[in-house]
Amino acid sequence: MWLRIITLIQKEVLAVLRDPRNRMALVLPPILQLFLFSFTGTLEVKHVALGIWNQDYGQVSNELIQRLGASPNFGHVEFAHSRQELQQMIDEQRVMLTITFLPDFSRKFSEDTTAPLQMIADGRKSNSAQIAQGYVSQVVNQFVSEQTTTSNAPNVQVVQRTWFNPNLDYIWFTLPSLAVMITLQICLNVTAMSVAREREMGTFEQLLVSPMQPLEIMTGKSIPALILALMEVTVFILITVFIFRIPFHGSVPFLYLSLTVFIISMIGIGLSISSIALTQQQAMLGIMTTLLPATLLSGYAAPIENMPGWLQPLTYADPLRYIMVVIKGVFLKDMPPLEILNNTWPMAIIAVFTLSLATYLFRRRLS
Amino acid sequence: MKQKTLRFSFRRLGALVRKELIQIVNDPSSILIAFILPVMLLFLFGYAVSLDSTRVRVGVALEERTPESENLLTTLRNSKYLDVTASFDRGFLEREMVAGRLRALLVVPIDFSRRLHSPGSSAPLQIIGDGSEPNTAAFAEAYLESVVSLWLQQRGLETGAQMNSLIDVETRNWFNPSLESKNYLIPGSIAIIMTMIGTLLTALVVAREWERGTMEALMATPVAIQELVLGKLIPYFLLGLGSMLFCTVVAVFIFHTPLRGSIFSLFLVTSLFLAGGLGLGLWVSTLSKSQFVAGQFAIILGFLPGFQLSGFLFEISSMPKIIQFLTWLFPARYFVQALQTIFLAGDVWRIVLFNSLVLAGFATLFFILTARVTHKRLA
Repeated sequence: MWLRIITLIQKEVLAVLRDPRNRMALVLPPILQLFLFSFTGTLEVKHVALGIWNQDYGQVSNELIQRLGASPNFGHVEFAHSRQELQQMIDEQRVMLTITFLPDFSRKFSEDTTAPLQMIADGRKSNSAQIAQGYVSQVVNQFVSEQTTTSNAPNVQVVQRTWFNPNLDYIWFTLPSLAVMITLQICLNVTAMSVAREREMGTFEQLLVSPMQPLEIMTGKSIPALILALMEVTVFILITVFIFRIPFHGSVPFLYLSLTVFIISMIGIGLSISSIALTQQQAMLGIMTTLLPATLLSGYAAPIENMPGWLQPLTYADPLRYIMVVIKGVFLKDMPPLEILNNTWPMAIIAVFTLSLATYLFRRRLS
Repeated sequence: MKQKTLRFSFRRLGALVRKELIQIVNDPSSILIAFILPVMLLFLFGYAVSLDSTRVRVGVALEERTPESENLLTTLRNSKYLDVTASFDRGFLEREMVAGRLRALLVVPIDFSRRLHSPGSSAPLQIIGDGSEPNTAAFAEAYLESVVSLWLQQRGLETGAQMNSLIDVETRNWFNPSLESKNYLIPGSIAIIMTMIGTLLTALVVAREWERGTMEALMATPVAIQELVLGKLIPYFLLGLGSMLFCTVVAVFIFHTPLRGSIFSLFLVTSLFLAGGLGLGLWVSTLSKSQFVAGQFAIILGFLPGFQLSGFLFEISSMPKIIQFLTWLFPARYFVQALQTIFLAGDVWRIVLFNSLVLAGFATLFFILTARVTHKRLA
């Protein structure tokens, strides 16, 4: 029996690697995503275009404008001379944020009364606009605190630090997450397409008349996917560590334990798709309908706690949710093994479930 | 003889369109792509992908227990943006942050209240963010800092000390005053859906015809090449418009996304984008003649740029210059900008017309490319 399984594994690996299109599907998407996503997949806000309508031309407003222009967070600054111009700038998305200094701004400021500063943001990009508003507030607060020297009011000095990623470098977050997302794609691509391809080519019947048991066929189809996915994720981790120089602090054996459980749980899903799909095209659509919710519910695109309460329980069924915590924990946070295991056992339960589902669907397909 | 077969016939075109429509209705994957995937995507972008950090989980480490620290804690707990876990054990909170259950910590050090009361010195507070989630960390740090300064102002009022903030920043957010990310993510995700119908579905369907040899069979009939191409395009164009209508209804009535622009401009940009997408799908499938290769190319040329280079989720101006240049080369960014503007801001003609013009250019380009490849195959 083991000999049969090993032969099947050899055959599967050859089948995947010998077809030039398959080779392309295994190599091209990871490389493209690595280089594209590592630059594009950012919620960082930099080079914000700023619109300014200065009706004041006083000392204070000029000082503030200079400071805003010098800040690395802002890109080019455009000046408006009327409300209409200001509105057009935002409407046409030439700027993300506008600031208006009213005529008596500097006078009020020097008379120690509150000087109003009007800010209008483009809500079409509300996340970025909020962050950009924060940049303006920082500059303004810094300026104000420099101007107010004497004060017997309670004074608090807030020190901000960021752990695990001191410069809030977005790529430190993107690349480890991407490593597991690509593993997921590879493993779905290999398993979901395998049965459908054999069925289209007519070799599936040959497999059925061989002395293989259904379970042996399933094992033979799972193990190559596991091997390929582990190889691919290893290459990815090495690139992340040695080329992109992202720190790796945690335990390698526990990471691989966790990754293996994750891959097995996704192989179950891939094989289930494969058993349902009649053609490669359907298998491809099946992959898409799995990949999108799995990614979007994993906490990668947006934190899980931002989701509505009724949706959050659904994320517990998403294996990607757990492995995302593990991979970022191992890379950046030196996560203790106990915490890794805490995020691994739910994936093991999911794996048992998806593999049983795949076996059931496969058996049903045969009969 | 050749002249005769090439004359354009609306009757033949009608027959081709009918044949294609019947195939669409009978093919479950068309329905899946045109109606089920859109619902799923809208649902996910409407609910699951929310960038609005409304309740950030933060930890407060109290190293001293004084009326001041208790008072600060109460103010923090009262903030509707924070979900506070307080503890005297800083190590415990740090472990929670490593596990990803807290996004930021506020540390109230041991001599906080003493230094708060001694004149001339300032009391230190420490905010520590979890940098493994940079966007959330930035929000958490900003929220904590603003609550602390609010607390200071309140204390200033209570103790009678004059705390004048000299500049009062008033902020208004146009087009999306409630600052809900779903309002711009949903129009953006419609662009992804249109890419899938336009490019992916056409690429797969046409490539299948080539694979099965039914395309050659069609070519052997007295059908002109224009009829053949149009016969493929019109049904999928209609399917795309149907799906667009469906998505708009779902967006407006279920997710309450505002639609401030006109239906006309929505129709204009969608038609032009769809035409380009269909052209791309047709070109890719005619070139490759294989479902697998066409599917991969449709994903690489249509789907990935739609997600990553369109500016619908990720800010284009934050990307490196070369990548920014790359975004101009794919239709997705023009469509996303037009959609977000039409839905949220209204008909800003400069944006609508400029983007329509570019999209029309892409459509023409892909049609010319397709026509050239198809001619070659016939010759």
